Amino acid sequence: MIRLEDVTRRYGDKTAVDSLSLEVAEGEVCVLIGPSGCGKTTTLRMINRLIEPTSGHIFVGDRDILSMPAEELRRGLGYVIQSIGLFPHLDVAANICVVPRLLGWEKQRMAERVDELLALVGLDPAAYRHKYPRQLSGGEAQRVGVARALAADPPVLLMDEPFGAVDPLNRERLQAEFARIQRELKKTVIFVTHDIDEAIRLADKVAIMRDGKLQQFNTPEEVLNHPANKFVHDFVGADRALKRLVRVRVADVMRSPVTVLADADPISLQEAAGRRRFAYVVQPDGRLLGWLDTRSLAEGTRPAAAMTQMDVAEASVRPDDSLRDALSRMLGLGFRSIAVTDKNDVLLGEVTFAAVEDVMTEGDEHVSNQPTEAPE
Amino acid sequence: MKERRSIGVATVVVAALAFSWLVSAQGLWQSFLRALFPAQPVVLMPRDTLAAFVLQHLALVGISSALTIAVGIPLGIFVTRRSGREFRGLVVAATDLGQTFPPVAVLALAMPVLGFGFWPTVMALFIYGMFPVVSGAISGIESVPKAVLEAAEGMGMSPWQVLLRVELPLAARVILSGVRTSVAINIGTATVGAAIGTGGLGVPIIGGLAVQNMAYVLEGAIPAALLAVLADAALAQVEAAVTVQEAAAG
Repeated sequence: MIRLEDVTRRYGDKTAVDSLSLEVAEGEVCVLIGPSGCGKTTTLRMINRLIEPTSGHIFVGDRDILSMPAEELRRGLGYVIQSIGLFPHLDVAANICVVPRLLGWEKQRMAERVDELLALVGLDPAAYRHKYPRQLSGGEAQRVGVARALAADPPVLLMDEPFGAVDPLNRERLQAEFARIQRELKKTVIFVTHDIDEAIRLADKVAIMRDGKLQQFNTPEEVLNHPANKFVHDFVGADRALKRLVRVRVADVMRSPVTVLADADPISLQEAAGRRRFAYVVQPDGRLLGWLDTRSLAEGTRPAAAMTQMDVAEASVRPDDSLRDALSRMLGLGFRSIAVTDKNDVLLGEVTFAAVEDVMTEGDEHVSNQPTEAPE
Repeated sequence: MKERRSIGVATVVVAALAFSWLVSAQGLWQSFLRALFPAQPVVLMPRDTLAAFVLQHLALVGISSALTIAVGIPLGIFVTRRSGREFRGLVVAATDLGQTFPPVAVLALAMPVLGFGFWPTVMALFIYGMFPVVSGAISGIESVPKAVLEAAEGMGMSPWQVLLRVELPLAARVILSGVRTSVAINIGTATVGAAIGTGGLGVPIIGGLAVQNMAYVLEGAIPAALLAVLADAALAQVEAAVTVQEAAAG
């Protein structure tokens, strides 16, 4: 979908990007990462021709971008920047419709698109469409920025440290939402960041750069398990096993839990106890109430009376959370396993410490055959 | 918000009507100035009515300010473009010089070429009022956040679209305040035109100085000051109108 062939950009005698070749398949998220000054932003800005390459070719789809008018190219590439750049004199709806208006869409179609996109990025259309950028928090503004980039449904999104300026809590939330939106829309995304955790979390492919040169271009798993050189090794950091957990979703490793109904007879309790020591106590509609230790149950007590009540929001994770979230929650609570619930507190499964351990050690065992690019 | 705006506009309209009534009330001025200067036999300049002086003055100010705006704003915009950037220093220096150069001297220099009367004065005012307009346009456009420009360009706006849809709306307020300053200066400065027979409110002022009649001077100076205040208030309403959206958002 996007192909860079031997692309170089020089400023005077300084080479910002040095014969970079890269290919990103349709529907993939490629994260460009490296220390500041490594050429990642220059690379991104060459793709929408805000910067012209000194030499080399860039293809979007099958077209050489230098052969088409820059404005036409840019209208087909969604663009999100760190400082967002919402137009302060336009309301949210008009901001989102900048590109559709340039493309001459009908009013009705634009209005529908605004509502659709606001809902997609998690903002209530009725409450937000007529707000002005000044009335938005940083996180809300960046959501609008993403909605604006998606407005004309471009096949490609270019994102330049989009979540770099929001606080860590909101950044994680925005990352999770971006991952959800991307699962739904399957855009081809070029994403620049200097945050390795963000790269590992969101990328299908990571391109690690240094001094304008590509150091390694591969999946996050490969980069974590087999860093191509010392630079990549150091850049990725010592906690590679932990970082691997970010790549795995709770839903991928959860198992079905032992449950008992809160008002169940003591008999069925004994049955449950036959399988595992701890059981989750749920209501008939599946909502989680607490847990109990089946071995220390006195004969004849009902689960509702014997259980330990849980603060479900505190002591459970969601299927879309990463295994690292699950692990940190377990460590915080001192549990060997943790419940997985949906947003209505309905119990979906559980994740055990053993499952987390398996994932952590997995990468060290199998060796990938995929070649890694490592100049130097 | 909207209500406060219409009250503002209504106030300016009422003030303008009151001003026109005041300057056409020849008898009122007569008795007012007579009371101030009982020793003067003639307190109103006989050459023309006060209303006529005001109309001449308005023509002078209107035409020269219109020219200043028509040239100054595009010039300010031009030097913020990629193609005009190298002229920025030159244009700022030239307009700055235009303001430091005394208008009377411009009149003296222009007279041999343009002759007596209206046009040399228009030219002097045009040059003199240029600096606030040009520097307002430049600083207005340069105040547009870089991120907003990058987003506009990155989304595929052409340079014209960036200018018309993003830069000018965001710069409008600063540009207009430059215009306001220029017009206010212009109204006061336009009185020098009388020195070369242009007419306007400078006629009673300069005539009064020549014949030592302070009543004449006041006949010209008071309406000129009121006119400057009135024009400023009117332009303030225009300024508020273009920034009303942002204000509502704040």
